[in-house]
Amino acid sequence: MESAKYVSQKVSKARWRPVSSSFLQQPEIFATGSWDNEENKISIWSVGNYENSGLEDGFEGDPQLICENKHDGDVLGLQFLDQERIVTASSTGAVTIFRHHHNSQTISVSQQWVKAHHYPCDNAPCTAVVCSSPEIITVGEDGRIIVLRADQDCMAQVIENADSSTIHAVTYLRTTEILTVNSIGQIKLWDLRQQSNSASQILSLSGDRVPLYCIDRHPNQQHIVATGGQDGMLCMWDVRQGSMPSSLMEAHSAEMWEVHFHPTNPDHLFTCSEDGSLLHWETSSHSDMPSFLQGSRNSSVTSRSAMALAGGNQSLISAWLNGDSSKSRLETTHMLPSQTLSVNSLDVLGQCLVCGTDGEAIFINKQVPV
Amino acid sequence: MEEVDVEPVVTNISGIRPGKRMGFAWGPGDILVYETQNKASGPTGSGCAFIHVVRKDEDIYSPILRKLFNESHHIFVGLQTIKDDLPSKSKKPQFVSISRNYRSVIRACMEELQQAAGELLTKYIHHVSILLAIELIWNLCEVLFIDAAPAGSLLLHLLDWVRLHKSDVDEKAKGVLQSDSPAEHRDYWDVVLSYVLQGRLEDTRKMLMKQAMLQPAAKSMYKLMDSLLSKMPFYNPGGTQTLTEFDVKWRNWHEEVDRYLKDNSFASNQHLEVICKILLGDEDVLLEHKELLSTWYYFLITRLLYCHPTVKPTELHYYAQSSMMMFLDSGVPEPLDSILLAAFEFDIHQVIKDCSIALNNWWFVAHLTDLLDHCKLLQSHNLHFGSNLREFLLLEYASGLFTHHSLWQCAVDYFDHCPEFGRVYLELQIERVPLDTERKALKVLRICEERQMSEQVRSICKIMAMRAVRNNRLGSALSWSIRAKDAAFATLISERFLQDYCAKGTFSDLDLIDNLGSTMLLSDRLTFLGKYREFHKLYGEKCFSDAAKLLLSLMTAKIAPQSFWMTLLTDALPLLEQKEVIFSAEQTYELMYCLEDWTFLFHSFNTNQTQLALARNLASAIVKEGTMQT
Repeated sequence: MESAKYVSQKVSKARWRPVSSSFLQQPEIFATGSWDNEENKISIWSVGNYENSGLEDGFEGDPQLICENKHDGDVLGLQFLDQERIVTASSTGAVTIFRHHHNSQTISVSQQWVKAHHYPCDNAPCTAVVCSSPEIITVGEDGRIIVLRADQDCMAQVIENADSSTIHAVTYLRTTEILTVNSIGQIKLWDLRQQSNSASQILSLSGDRVPLYCIDRHPNQQHIVATGGQDGMLCMWDVRQGSMPSSLMEAHSAEMWEVHFHPTNPDHLFTCSEDGSLLHWETSSHSDMPSFLQGSRNSSVTSRSAMALAGGNQSLISAWLNGDSSKSRLETTHMLPSQTLSVNSLDVLGQCLVCGTDGEAIFINKQVPV
Repeated sequence: MEEVDVEPVVTNISGIRPGKRMGFAWGPGDILVYETQNKASGPTGSGCAFIHVVRKDEDIYSPILRKLFNESHHIFVGLQTIKDDLPSKSKKPQFVSISRNYRSVIRACMEELQQAAGELLTKYIHHVSILLAIELIWNLCEVLFIDAAPAGSLLLHLLDWVRLHKSDVDEKAKGVLQSDSPAEHRDYWDVVLSYVLQGRLEDTRKMLMKQAMLQPAAKSMYKLMDSLLSKMPFYNPGGTQTLTEFDVKWRNWHEEVDRYLKDNSFASNQHLEVICKILLGDEDVLLEHKELLSTWYYFLITRLLYCHPTVKPTELHYYAQSSMMMFLDSGVPEPLDSILLAAFEFDIHQVIKDCSIALNNWWFVAHLTDLLDHCKLLQSHNLHFGSNLREFLLLEYASGLFTHHSLWQCAVDYFDHCPEFGRVYLELQIERVPLDTERKALKVLRICEERQMSEQVRSICKIMAMRAVRNNRLGSALSWSIRAKDAAFATLISERFLQDYCAKGTFSDLDLIDNLGSTMLLSDRLTFLGKYREFHKLYGEKCFSDAAKLLLSLMTAKIAPQSFWMTLLTDALPLLEQKEVIFSAEQTYELMYCLEDWTFLFHSFNTNQTQLALARNLASAIVKEGTMQT
């Protein structure tokens, strides 16, 4: 059951605070960032399970605002650095670390790089941020990739002019490699150890160069990457194999803003879009018979999948790469009750899903079937 | 020209010195005002450096009220999607439920304001009272117009309406019941009387029982009252009893009560006598309890309950007018009173008009009118300016929303559902949304594209592309011109690239040019750029014959800009001077032709070297081709 909470600000980003490794704990705290307000805010909310009695099962209490702080510019990127710190990317080009003080339940600016992204004579919005404590990587409309370290004021690494168009999203591939997507429909792989100004690898869809807006990597199988872009198609890529996507699936009728694999149950994928829908994709984990037992006659099976069995060592081919073919089942369900304005952001952790919309509402579902 | 209905409100601009003249300019939802000396010419002396923005509607900037706008937008969109083909009878419950949704949104907002009021008391009290009034009016409109209950049920709905808006009785009752001896509490009889006035006879009986226990001597009297209260008939709309049967029953009961009053059964207890008189609908007694009733419409409903429970909708206005006159001895009704009166008179247009004047925000009238229009209750008469009332109000409301930095997105849906002028309004407004980030521009573009507003798409893409070019983000600029299918701009960008090449000798942004793909076809110049880069790549990979073919096709296809012809010819030179013959005889002829064609343009161009190279190549090619035949 979703409950909508109207929060008087358009929500551009929503993220769960990571829970400690205890397996059964559901996330309770999430942060949101607003955009397009005269005064934007970053807010922290709680959906703790107090007052259980009297509530029908499934219907949780409203999220309660714990604290909030002013944010200069639209919040275009938001990530939890650790249990206390949150990094945000701003439309003014600033990257800020906020600290949530648990005892006083307040939030304050802990560190800031004010003009991280900029043009020669102007500000450039910082479009996305990803972090793996203490390293923070940001990208922006100025086509720069910046590597920062929390608690160090100087920039650890700056890749100038990494892209001639806007970089919309970034994700880690491995600890020293990142993937970025841009406005001309390319995924670029960067190796941060090589201090070079050009990408190690470029992947793109042939034909129309549709801008890509989001990217996420499969949590276990690190070569599988999902992207979404302006045409609302969900693309699955295998970064080891060539420069073409493995499968394309029609997902939304407008821009896809975020795509997330479920962190612990990666047969599930979530996408949200400008068309106001949030889709939950579920694939059957493996085909009925393990593929290494099917023998070589299956090498040239499906038209979409370009995978060849690599000498039999390879274990089961991920169903994601097969996409919509007959080899794997793919189910899609709408998660929001009715059409809303654009769903800008979503985050899923355990069984809990949170998303924010342009209708100034936050939806929370604490019983996602994963 | 219509006359002014009410005197205009005067607003003092604090920043302007008294006695000074003001200049002004209209904005979409506000006025810009400044101090002026209003002199045609001559020295002006020091003026005021400020411009003041005067906003009529500050409600949209209140964070709590914003929720009202968003939630009602959701309900509005849902309402528009109800199919028109169903008969209106089956749609009535849907409309009633939508009306209830709207009202619950208002109530939620009100509750939140009341909770917040602790800190910002004065600021929110005004809003709370407005919302209370709005909900009251809306509820009444729902009962009278949307639900349109017939005689019998009408009174029951009106009773609910009054009970919902007079909740202080329950608070008082709670206080009484929680005391040690409820029957001796000073508010006890107030509570009892309030219950009676609201027709809550079960509750009355329970309360009276407490009193009865304290006065065993008057036991029989209390028992009598209890039985009278229990016997009062209430109409049951779902039951088998017809209205006439109910009426008969009610009259019988009424006569019975009258009889008991007349033979002084309650004479010894003043309170019970008052109750008895109320049950008979004695207006004087009712008026004696004005503070308990507190409003004339409460008085009206009580009066109807105990005098005329089978009141028909058409008869309401007689009773309403007389009730108001009886209750308000000062005679001057407040705006809320005249609105409610207009509602009781079933004058929908008057209700809407009065509400429009009384409130500073179009939210209420726009949504209510829209709902009533869906219920087919508004006669469509065209206003002077061409659209009907519903559309006019929606346009006004949406235009007001559009001035808000954030709520403009909601306004788009409202414009969509104004068939006559909505599109034009949207076209004008959407171009003026400030585009600070690409993300916002993308959202605005999506709105325009979905509605086939190609003009606006082109203009927005051009703005973003120009901005990108200025910041030297040529890849971004190209992606914007691709989106707008703007060939002219793509040409501009290609020119920039080519200029850069001429200046530096290498291409910048190779990741873009190398991967143009089919977008190359957007403009000739772009195609040239892509192909020229391809030529360089082929040359770098030493695929000379392919490179030569490509270079030749570039020259003959005439897509190269004039400034580049020299460069192309110069590029041909190293190919001509290779040991191996690359250009065939045919190709060499073409090259010579090109050179001749272009020489007269470049007077200072030294063609000797090229001509020599071409001639030598021709010779070798002829020999080579001749040799191959054997």
